[in-house]
Amino acid sequence: MKKENQKPVLELKDIHKSFGKNHVLKGFSLKLHEGENLVIMGKSGSGKSVMVKCIVGLIQPDSGSITIKDQNIITMGQKELDFLRTEIGYLFQGSALYDSMTVRENLEFPLRRHKDKIENFQGTDEAVKAALESVGLLHTLDLMPSELSGGMQRRVALARALILKPKIIMYDEPTTGLDPITANEIIQLMRNIQIEYNTSSLIITHDVDCARVISNRIILLVDGINYAEGTYEELSNSSDPQTRAFFKN
Amino acid sequence: MSRSTSFLDRSKSFFAEIGDMTLFAGRFFRELFSTPFEFKELIRQCYNMGIRSLFLVMVTGFILGLVFTLQSRPTLADLGAEAWMPSMISISIVREIGPVIIALICAGRIGSGIGAELGSMRVTEQIDAMEVSGTNPFKYLVVTRILAVTLMLPLLVIVGDAVALIGSAIIENLKGDVSYTLYFNKIFDALSFSDLLPATVKTVFFGFAIGLVGTYKGYNCAKGTVGVGEASNSAVVYTSMLLFIIDFIAVFVSDIFFEI
Repeated sequence: MKKENQKPVLELKDIHKSFGKNHVLKGFSLKLHEGENLVIMGKSGSGKSVMVKCIVGLIQPDSGSITIKDQNIITMGQKELDFLRTEIGYLFQGSALYDSMTVRENLEFPLRRHKDKIENFQGTDEAVKAALESVGLLHTLDLMPSELSGGMQRRVALARALILKPKIIMYDEPTTGLDPITANEIIQLMRNIQIEYNTSSLIITHDVDCARVISNRIILLVDGINYAEGTYEELSNSSDPQTRAFFKN
Repeated sequence: MSRSTSFLDRSKSFFAEIGDMTLFAGRFFRELFSTPFEFKELIRQCYNMGIRSLFLVMVTGFILGLVFTLQSRPTLADLGAEAWMPSMISISIVREIGPVIIALICAGRIGSGIGAELGSMRVTEQIDAMEVSGTNPFKYLVVTRILAVTLMLPLLVIVGDAVALIGSAIIENLKGDVSYTLYFNKIFDALSFSDLLPATVKTVFFGFAIGLVGTYKGYNCAKGTVGVGEASNSAVVYTSMLLFIIDFIAVFVSDIFFEI
């Protein structure tokens, strides 16, 4: 069965969001299917991060609907939302590791309240080590985030996002601020994770290489609306100059 | 015209902030009694705020006792009222000077620390990361910190007061040749329940104010790293003002109930 015919794991319909007189999202919609890597591209300030924050409930949209696994998160109570959030992993742009905690404590943190969510849970220590091993940083277990390089911090943050075995992962600018070699390592890691955990991924990026390597589909977000949608090949060879402009290195 | 508009805007934002802070305090009380309780984090914060402030509080208290006694002694000696020294010092320190000075010191150390810590967590999206991981950051970060300062400040003030009285006794022993036993006997004779109780109760409110303002400023911090500095700075300024207001109300209420 084609992915387009499947029920999406995440669906945004006609999302509007304003901050005062600044209309950031003006009717943005998307569908993310199981096992798909969907890339969102757009200029700085086009509302990409706002859109992702709406999905995880950090920002309330003004109108529209957000459905994750058939549940509308906008009308959901706090407890249900907290539980649903365990189905979503979120890699923040700046990693957002808790700087007063060790790597181990950072990874243990999401497990404090939601251990029971993981099937066949074998213990906190095992879960932490398995997640760190999947990003190749088992040796950093007792280090503080300040002792890690930017790329290592990003990988630890990814391990933390994976620890509850989410079905959907959001990547907010996963390669921004990293050198090309480390950026490639992160992209490779994202591909491995998708295969290993069978996750659906929503990736926000400016990085054309990242979009080319990882995307199944790309949506261009311009002025708060879906400007164009298609595969990397379709969009990069588009006859529309504004669309093509995104893919110039 | 523009000056009056600016004053009006500032007044509006001042009252809006008081309203926000009241809602923030209301949320604290709602979350305080809801499960799950973050005991481990509460104990960690009590240690951070209590034990780690102890040395500063003891040094401040000791110097306060020394200086206060040194400054008061000549005046009382001129009046031939040196015998009143222990009573005057102990009542002043226990009722007023000890709680206020130590609360101000703690507003500087604890309040600004909370403002800066939560502020930097906010701008680096660590608070958002907690929320996304299905943990209530208000309960984990705010409730535990406010509760920890509220519990620890009265204890710190009691220790600070005791050390201040020891400092005072040392000066009296050196300058007035008064024995320690006599000095402390006079102190305990002078102090009564009506001195200790209101002073201790008001430090609970002082602690709550330090925690509330520090967490409010940090939790709602914006504008990047500049915002962190502002959060830390304004936490101390607002708390210091609030401490004097609470002190005035506490003295006023104590006067009604205990006729001080």
